[in-house]
Amino acid sequence: MTEGETVAGLVSERSIVVCCGSGGVGKTTTAAVLALEGARRGRKTVVVTIDPAKRLADAIGLAGLTGSPSRIDGNWPGELWAMMLDTKSTFDDLVLKHAGTPEQGRRILANRFYRNISGALSGTQEYMAMEKLHELHDETDFELVVVDTPPTRHALDFLDAPRRLSRFLDHRLFRLLMAPSRGFVRAVNVAAQTFLRTVSKVVGGDVVDDAIAFFQAFEGMEEGFRQRAARVNELLAAPETAFVLVASPRRDTVEEAHFFAERLREAGIEVQALVVNRVHPTFRRRVTDQAAAATAARAETLAGTELGGLYRNLADFEAVASREQGHLAGLADAVAPAPVVWVPFLRSDVHDLAGMDEIAAHVFGRSA
Amino acid sequence: MAGKGGVGKTTVSATLARAAALSGLSTLIVEVEGKSGLPGMFAHGELGYDEVVLSAGGGPDGAADVRARTLTADAALLEYLQDHGLSRISRRLVSSGALDVVATAAPGIKDILLLGKVKQLERAGVADLIVLDAPAAGHAITFLQSPRSLLDTVSVGPINAQARDVLELLEDHRRCQVVLVTIPEETPVNEAVETAFSLEDRVGVGLGPIVVNGVYPALVGLDADPVAAAEAAGVSLRPGEADALVAAATFRRSRVELQDEQVGRLESALPLPQLRLPFQFTTDIGPAELETLARALLDEIESLSGLPA
Repeated sequence: MTEGETVAGLVSERSIVVCCGSGGVGKTTTAAVLALEGARRGRKTVVVTIDPAKRLADAIGLAGLTGSPSRIDGNWPGELWAMMLDTKSTFDDLVLKHAGTPEQGRRILANRFYRNISGALSGTQEYMAMEKLHELHDETDFELVVVDTPPTRHALDFLDAPRRLSRFLDHRLFRLLMAPSRGFVRAVNVAAQTFLRTVSKVVGGDVVDDAIAFFQAFEGMEEGFRQRAARVNELLAAPETAFVLVASPRRDTVEEAHFFAERLREAGIEVQALVVNRVHPTFRRRVTDQAAAATAARAETLAGTELGGLYRNLADFEAVASREQGHLAGLADAVAPAPVVWVPFLRSDVHDLAGMDEIAAHVFGRSA
Repeated sequence: MAGKGGVGKTTVSATLARAAALSGLSTLIVEVEGKSGLPGMFAHGELGYDEVVLSAGGGPDGAADVRARTLTADAALLEYLQDHGLSRISRRLVSSGALDVVATAAPGIKDILLLGKVKQLERAGVADLIVLDAPAAGHAITFLQSPRSLLDTVSVGPINAQARDVLELLEDHRRCQVVLVTIPEETPVNEAVETAFSLEDRVGVGLGPIVVNGVYPALVGLDADPVAAAEAAGVSLRPGEADALVAAATFRRSRVELQDEQVGRLESALPLPQLRLPFQFTTDIGPAELETLARALLDEIESLSGLPA
């Protein structure tokens, strides 16, 4: 296997690594471990996290982080920086960048409807994570950007969030309403008026006024947003970018991982590595359902004795390990030829560099 | 039901529903996040907007039905508009994607539509118990906070009235309680404690007992030396087997020790009764595992109340 075909190869050679997968599978920790490795290999690295567990954050010096990178000191040849994704300020920057005049930018940022967008429009958080990645890659001198994706069921919404956002900003009904910016109600057609009245009836007139003011203020900026979104998507599909799929061996998360791999493939992106966390250990060379059943049968005949308890315990773990390996073999096939790394259940939660080193030992195939 | 991703929230929702049904309560599970592993736990196909029976009652065990359905904000909005004499515009509002615009104008509107529908189901008495499999952790707070935040944005009209009704339901601890789900590990425990306090302070919702999922059951013999134990039992071990037995026992002991520590931490940080569910040594929860879990939950509830069965 050449360096390019291992996870170590990805953090040494690529300039962007995106960690995706369902919630609760250890995505944030995996992203931190990959970034740390980048720094250890001499690269200037930044990790963008969404919601790091507090003790992990403390351990790698993430406490009190803002939306801009802070440097984490440590004994490595490269540099390690970390930041939290601030969806709102990323969106604000994007608006200011594309506004025709500073006045237009200010007007949008002050609008109440606009202030709701980052919290309410689905996919926005994911999209802003990608936007931030693009910005860090293009406008800073980081050699490696590692990004964690939000822990939602819709974690890959960023793939079509730009399209969704364009469609949203381009909303036909609202364009109709906006067209004559003075006395709009008189000027628009009957269908739009009926629509407007219905919406006002349900949610109240203030809400509609805010929305209209927003779309008026946004006029003319859609094209800039669309172009930017297209560039972000190009970058995601570029050979310098690697997607690392993170999963756990439970059936539901394995199914979601299959789904993620499929969706990425549809978007023209191949998974470059699979990291499976929380894999149960095996205590014998061969783990099969039959072997587990045989151990369980032995436990049954010895029930009530200490030896029976020892066999019961071994049988329990053999059963779960056999199931896990079955699910994982299918997932490994689905992402082939991407390298697959199995990280066993650790003795404790990861909350310091030593814990991260333990994971790194598995991910990068060296002894801890 | 609320809990961080990966703690088995859907499994526990199914378990609670089945346990309620075993006690004779007809139960409806409501899913709001699209596809989940729920139907598989009852060996059933995918769920839809229409109700389906996941496990039929009426058998000799005296169990009641467990039914399930999904809810989506789009469908709830359509239904809502039709019920309020606005059907003419409703299809267009949904199909044009205008719901996104409306939802952005008044955040929480999707949540209130879902919760409003749940309230309507409760009022209509569709089941003795409704189990709502809520969005994962952080989102659960925003979700349940939606009526209050919406009252600030939308001061008049039917959505306002809807928000008031939902708030009344959430604050009535006899009609509605939140059951938090966690596992005995550090981060999930921290998050459960935080969520519990936020829910009480910011939502004013009543908290039921907390479910601790995935607790390793006690096992006799984990400390024993396999060679001595084999002698005592009058059997012989195959080559290499002693090592495997010791390694497995050591692993379990260290996991149990960690779990005990976390359960203790949860106990001291959160003054809620705990219901502990045994770890299932499999990756798939099917009807057999669900039955085991439901019976275990009933035992836990019984020992909590100190009442005989």
